[in-house]
Amino acid sequence: MSRYSFLSLIANALNGQTGWKPAWRDAAPKPTYDVIIVGGGGHGLATAYYLAKEHGIRNIAVLEKAHVGSGNAGRNTTIIRSNYLLPGNEPFYEWSMKLWEGLEQDLNYNAMVSQRGIINLFHSDGQRDAYARRGNAMRLAGADSQLLDREQVRALAPFLDFDNARFPIKGGLMQARAGTARHDAVVWGYARAADRLGVDIVQNCEVTGFIREGDAVVGVETTRGAIRAPKVGLAVAGSTSRLTRLLDLRLPIESHALQAFVSEGLKPLVPGVITFGMGHFYVSQSDKGGLVFGGDIDGYNSYAQRGNLPVVEDVAEGGMAVMPLIGRLRMLRAWGGLVDMSMDGSPIIDVGPLPGLYLNTAWNYGGFKATPASGWCFAHTIAREEAHALNAAFRLDRFRTGHIIDEKGVGAQPNLH
Amino acid sequence: MRIPCPYCGARSSHEFAYLGDAAPTRPDPSAPDAAEAFHSYVYERDNPAGPMDELWYHSAGCRRWLKVTRDTRTHAITAVAFAGTGEGGR
Amino acid sequence: MTRLVDGGLIDRSRTLSFAFDGKSFTGHPGDTLASALLANGVRLMGRSFKYHRPRGVVTAGSEEPNALVELRTGARREPNTRATTVELYDGLEAASQNRWPSLDVDVLSVNRLVSPFLGAGFYYKTFMWPAAFWEKLYEPVIRRAAGLGRAPDAPDPDTYEKATAFCDVLVIGSGAAGLAAAQAAGRSGARVILAEEDFRLGGRLLSERAVIDGGSALDFVARAEAELSSLPNVRLMPRTTVFGAYDGSEYGAVERVGDHLPAPLPFQPRQRLWRIVAKRCVLAAGAFDRPIVFPGNDRPGVMSALALATYATRYGAGAGANAAVFSTNDHAVAAALDAAEAGLKLDAIIDVRPALPDALAARAKALGVRVITEGEVVATSGKCLTSITVRTPRGSETLTVEALGVSGGATPNLNLTCHLGGKPVWREDIAAFVPGAVPPGMAVAGAAAGTFALADCLAEGTRLGASAASDAGFAASPAPAPQAEGSPTGFKPFFHVQGKGSAFVDQQNDVTAKDVALAHREGFRAVELLKRYTTLGMATDQGKTSNMAGLALMAELTGKGIPATGTTVFRPPYTPVALGVLAGHHRGIDFKPARPTPTHEWALAQGAVFVETGLWMRAAYFPKPGEKDWLESVNREVKATREAVGVIDVSTFGKIDLQGPDVGVLLDRVYINMFSTLAVGKARYGVMLREDGLVMDDGTTARLADDHYVMTTTTANAAKVYQHLEFCLQVLWPELDVCLASVSEQWAQIAVSGPRSREVLGKIVDGLDVSNAGLPFMGVAQGSVMGGVEARIFRLSFSGELGYEIAVPARHGAALMQALMAAGAPFGITPYGVEALGVMRIEKGHVSGSELNGQTCARDLGLAKMASTKKDYIGRVMAGRPAFADPDRPTLVGFKPVDRAARLRAGAHFLKVGAAATTQNDEGYMTSTAFSPTLGHFIGLGLLKRGPERMGEKVRAYDPVRGGDMEVEVCSPAFIDPQGEKQRV
Repeated sequence: MSRYSFLSLIANALNGQTGWKPAWRDAAPKPTYDVIIVGGGGHGLATAYYLAKEHGIRNIAVLEKAHVGSGNAGRNTTIIRSNYLLPGNEPFYEWSMKLWEGLEQDLNYNAMVSQRGIINLFHSDGQRDAYARRGNAMRLAGADSQLLDREQVRALAPFLDFDNARFPIKGGLMQARAGTARHDAVVWGYARAADRLGVDIVQNCEVTGFIREGDAVVGVETTRGAIRAPKVGLAVAGSTSRLTRLLDLRLPIESHALQAFVSEGLKPLVPGVITFGMGHFYVSQSDKGGLVFGGDIDGYNSYAQRGNLPVVEDVAEGGMAVMPLIGRLRMLRAWGGLVDMSMDGSPIIDVGPLPGLYLNTAWNYGGFKATPASGWCFAHTIAREEAHALNAAFRLDRFRTGHIIDEKGVGAQPNLH
Repeated sequence: MRIPCPYCGARSSHEFAYLGDAAPTRPDPSAPDAAEAFHSYVYERDNPAGPMDELWYHSAGCRRWLKVTRDTRTHAITAVAFAGTGEGGR
Repeated sequence: MTRLVDGGLIDRSRTLSFAFDGKSFTGHPGDTLASALLANGVRLMGRSFKYHRPRGVVTAGSEEPNALVELRTGARREPNTRATTVELYDGLEAASQNRWPSLDVDVLSVNRLVSPFLGAGFYYKTFMWPAAFWEKLYEPVIRRAAGLGRAPDAPDPDTYEKATAFCDVLVIGSGAAGLAAAQAAGRSGARVILAEEDFRLGGRLLSERAVIDGGSALDFVARAEAELSSLPNVRLMPRTTVFGAYDGSEYGAVERVGDHLPAPLPFQPRQRLWRIVAKRCVLAAGAFDRPIVFPGNDRPGVMSALALATYATRYGAGAGANAAVFSTNDHAVAAALDAAEAGLKLDAIIDVRPALPDALAARAKALGVRVITEGEVVATSGKCLTSITVRTPRGSETLTVEALGVSGGATPNLNLTCHLGGKPVWREDIAAFVPGAVPPGMAVAGAAAGTFALADCLAEGTRLGASAASDAGFAASPAPAPQAEGSPTGFKPFFHVQGKGSAFVDQQNDVTAKDVALAHREGFRAVELLKRYTTLGMATDQGKTSNMAGLALMAELTGKGIPATGTTVFRPPYTPVALGVLAGHHRGIDFKPARPTPTHEWALAQGAVFVETGLWMRAAYFPKPGEKDWLESVNREVKATREAVGVIDVSTFGKIDLQGPDVGVLLDRVYINMFSTLAVGKARYGVMLREDGLVMDDGTTARLADDHYVMTTTTANAAKVYQHLEFCLQVLWPELDVCLASVSEQWAQIAVSGPRSREVLGKIVDGLDVSNAGLPFMGVAQGSVMGGVEARIFRLSFSGELGYEIAVPARHGAALMQALMAAGAPFGITPYGVEALGVMRIEKGHVSGSELNGQTCARDLGLAKMASTKKDYIGRVMAGRPAFADPDRPTLVGFKPVDRAARLRAGAHFLKVGAAATTQNDEGYMTSTAFSPTLGHFIGLGLLKRGPERMGEKVRAYDPVRGGDMEVEVCSPAFIDPQGEKQRV
């Protein structure tokens, strides 16, 4: 499989783009592997890639029930950022940012990482201080952050409502290195790069059961037959409980619907990502010109991958409150992701809880930005049988010990995170 | 989504606040295994893909807590009753 | 001009002026912008997204991908507006978009020259060398070139409304099937809403020369409309697009109230959002004319054959001086012949089939229209179309035409059937996807269901309209369906012409047949991957017309057939919806309701500066003339309170009335401390936890009688605590006999604080003993004030001074404030706001929202000693987890700046002096700070690792986001009067 280079581009321009080969092999499953990763989304493919690249394990299958990237990897708002508050989270997300920053060269695939910044608006002294706490925590972890006053925000986003707002804008916390990436390209880039390292990407292969030896998990039953491996990692986001039920495991997660939206294409308007916390609204603009925006989850358990009108209205209200010139712009498309909301709003990357089983779940509404670090840490956890320092806090037993990582402080109610 | 409240009739779901699975019941706090039982009660969920009994609170209505049987795949609601007592079922 | 000499549903007696790209034109009422432009000979209406190809209108409906304009100007500019759906009004201004310097001469059309490089997915393979160039050079260039129209310049000046409607039967679409369904349902007495996205009822019947019940189609539409209008149970909603189907038989719709006017009428919204709750729904949304992919198919002048016919018959507009039609089916041929009869100069019909049905062939012959069978259009030429090349087994020829109508058959418009997850199913006999599983309560009639013959549409509409009504509980009489002559529905499945040259599948996004082949070659074969890799179907039309062709091309390449290749699922909205209408009135100052306190008007009159506290508006401070900044005002308010007396409205605290024999039991279970032992006439500070062991809220609760308590909560948590108590009573312990009522809004509550507060209070009570003995600290008195106003007086102190909170029915709140001000005047009573309140509580070390942030346990806040060990309470078990007892947990202490002149800031993190600024060395953070006028320097509260063990230690308060980095000294959080003597005097 050829690298993408100037030469390959020119050659294919001359031959009518007929020289390209499939970006990755459509592999058939072998009976055994060293590692099986269930889930061909961004996290699963990244895990396989880093297992092969960093840990020299190449006999890997990624099993995907539909086609790669058909879950949340293709249903998010493409934001990348590391503006977290708590020490269990921030170093992990900052490592993810660093991986994003080198991703294109690493994968030889342009994932269109665009670091145009994120601004979290604040509207009161209390919110300002809470964002200062966060911005300082980011600095401690080596991330960048700036506290902007009202005029600095106005200079960057003059279209916001500074004059007639119910909750006047007093400033914002900015992370200049944050931004967006092209979500599908991230999936395709990891798939292609993993494939080049020998990983089998097996699509249309749904896991229907687990092969057990005593307590241990030693393989999976699938719609394409039994596949054995001494290590089975799950990276299936909102579908995690469906699989762990087969193992009689109950996890601290619920599956919820998160809607997101895109407008019709527009000439450049929004410089980076802007979030409005007094409503539920955040927005960025894609490379194609669409405003990509979202808000709160629908708020009830759901596997339907779609939401309802009240949240659509709530998001639009937040948008109009903070950006009243969007009234005549139109929502083009809405979609719903199936998100794995956890009891403290933070992820789980851990060995176990059964021998041979490895968990990567509980990404809440923020899995996309975590993709590189999630794969990197999960690969480490699978290969070394223990968490890396970066994901040491993401243990499953933290709920037993009380070492919860609750950024919002709303407690054990997933729909509030 | 519309929830058929036994008091108020079918009302839009945005009048209600959601809590989640109605199955976990508060354990005996004096039992010797209370710590483990409370861990399960507070944190562990079946999270089924299918019918589920769940708790909704009619916050912008009669302020009753309801037990609603709803399919998490289709959002179809098949039964509603007052939580706790099970009265008012429909 | 290509306006036909007569005919059409336009009012030729009136002329409307409009401008496109600054050039003036005229049209008539009944025109759309697209029909009026065509009638004026304007065929070039837009530029494509990627290659900036010149494009003309291709449809006559909301599925239009090409003719997108910026409608109106300035703050009312509406980018990406489909000219096909814009009703012409006098003075309309529109401009083309995505071109520079002009639509005719667009510099970026050079993209076409490098198109060999720009195949599908080219972004992903390139722009990576050198690494730094992507963000600095390539991406900014791509971004500048991207996008279609421009956003408006200023906030939307128009208003929007929201409404909810309930009906028995919602009929979507008013073509033959929809009208028949609405008639059948309406006659039963059922409440019917008939929603039609067009500004006229009738759908395709407005464009076709069919015979129904012996009369013309237009007569049928007029009779149906008249009947439906006369039925009181039927509501006709033209200009209303049902854009989404949601759970619970709820449909989202947008009514365009004022879009057909230069600006909305006074007191009218521009648009109205309808949430329609329908027991049953009949979807009769018709079908789209399916394009054929052939080289040169994107030239302005090439359009849907049915659109070509509609422009001629409905709008009296010729799409060109002369025209041809390229078809695969009888419906398109018949429509073309209708257009010829309406006066369009139709030179030829090129059909892929070996022969047309006799009736159509005879009609063509009679009209002098040449029929070319077994023909395919293989090329076109002209910037706007000038000629086409037709290939038949008999050879090739070139026809000189300005317009070409193309029809590859019908694609049912089943968009709404997919919104709840239904997947379309393939019907081989009509070579089309039809609705599969539909939303509960929905039935699909007519062309949307794959029923194409007019007579069948009428029959199906009648049948489904009647059954919808009877399902909704109405007796629908079995009236006969309207009768129509048989219409030929012959067709040949045919999707694309083999040949050289760019053949476009998705015109707006410039996806060609070659791009589909490239996606196949690179393995992006699943339909979702094809779409995402090539952007096919992702434009503003969401592939309504293009998806089918793309799918057919991929199916040819995979050899698996169309049904096995799949279909993309449609999601809401059906057509793009303005964000303004989804928001309604919730914008600007009306985004959320504002809750004024009972003394709001009084505070306003005192010149208070207000602050948003959740939804409440509270006085932050009361500046006096000559004070240079807020701090000076706040310092004055604090000093006046500590030295004499101050007054503040604290009505925003949540208040919950609890009555019944088991209230004490309930409170013991929700608070960590005991309340059943509280004496009548006493109040107690309480802390409640969540079941996970972290602090939920705090406040004082008073016992007014054996079986009657009143609880206060923090302002922020009032609703949450109430919901929690109801949960406890209804779900956890339904056996407890307690009734709850939220009385936050029923009682105004005003705090009077300071050494002179007793004297002030004494002046307004009606004979109550407020002496230290009569009303001791934490005592509660009930009686009246101001000569007969019911009152509860709580001797509480948040400020640390002698203080009282006086509660009166809310309507007396303002009077109470005025009475206190008058009574306190001799003592210099000073109103203070939440800023001074905050200063005083920090001076006292009381926790507030910054510390009760949901991340702290009772021990963190120094409150663990309050917890009773004699009982169970919510959160007790989980608060016993090891992490909560970890001595390393950050715990509440006070802080003073080592340099007493320095300013402390909340949000600073604590580090050991000399330690590197890293996450590992992070020891906590400052939660609250204030300038203490009492002490003369800044003070702070914060959570510090092992804080209480470190009294007197100096730590580093690190605040790089504000340039702060200083040493602070750890101290007790109680900065003044640590024994609490002042409040007990």
